[in-house]
Amino acid sequence: MDLSKYLLAFLVGGMLCVIAQIFIDRTSVTPARILVTYVTSGVFLTGLGLYEPLKELAGAGATVPLTGFGYSLAKGVEKAVDERGVIGAFTGGLTATAGGIAAALCFGFLAALLFRSRQKP
Amino acid sequence: MKQETYPQYAARKAKRSPLGKDCLLAFLVGGTICTLGQGLFDLYGLAGMSEENVSTLVPMTLVFLAALTTGLGWFGQLAKHAGAGTLVPITGFANAVVAPAIDNKAEGLVLGLGAQAFVIAGPVILYGTLASVIYGLVYYCLRWL
Repeated sequence: MDLSKYLLAFLVGGMLCVIAQIFIDRTSVTPARILVTYVTSGVFLTGLGLYEPLKELAGAGATVPLTGFGYSLAKGVEKAVDERGVIGAFTGGLTATAGGIAAALCFGFLAALLFRSRQKP
Repeated sequence: MKQETYPQYAARKAKRSPLGKDCLLAFLVGGTICTLGQGLFDLYGLAGMSEENVSTLVPMTLVFLAALTTGLGWFGQLAKHAGAGTLVPITGFANAVVAPAIDNKAEGLVLGLGAQAFVIAGPVILYGTLASVIYGLVYYCLRWL
């Protein structure tokens, strides 16, 4: 087992969280804006060729944070454009991320049926 | 070289600043979730799955765990301390779907649970898709050069 791979996943993933934490603590940015910013940043960093090396270096440390969701969107779009031309620009992103989105919606629905709200009235 | 020293540098800096505790917790929890993801990645790989399937299954597993722990109330307890540590990984996206869905199911299955599941996920999917389409069009045009 290659332990340095796990260490790099820990360090890079942790750092991506720290950057967001600094923004949350030091500015009045909402968590929703952090999520949106991370996903769109992931798309553009991948487009600029900057995210692929980070993914090669850190593995899940780069793919598990939401910037990695953007990475999947961008990679999916590249693949689809290569295969289908301009139509791929519209189909590639959601196709590549369909697993995660469908899982969140389906498991979210099941959890909402099974569990009760803990929010104080 | 840079990846060796920068996190240590950041951790040391973080401890000194007033937001040190928040950042340390975010770093530890976020790092742990990513390490768990790496473990799942290797585990599914060992089980003989293709890399493409593993890349889909790892986020799905983390989303499942986040949905379950959100329902049990554990995720919220952890998120209170971990802040961005639970928010930034894909678990934060899952929690943003599940938590409002649970909290608003009394309002009905369609406009309560159904609509509220998208209150944060909707913008994320909207702007993520928008960015990917823009990038796709640019990528398409650049191929002609």
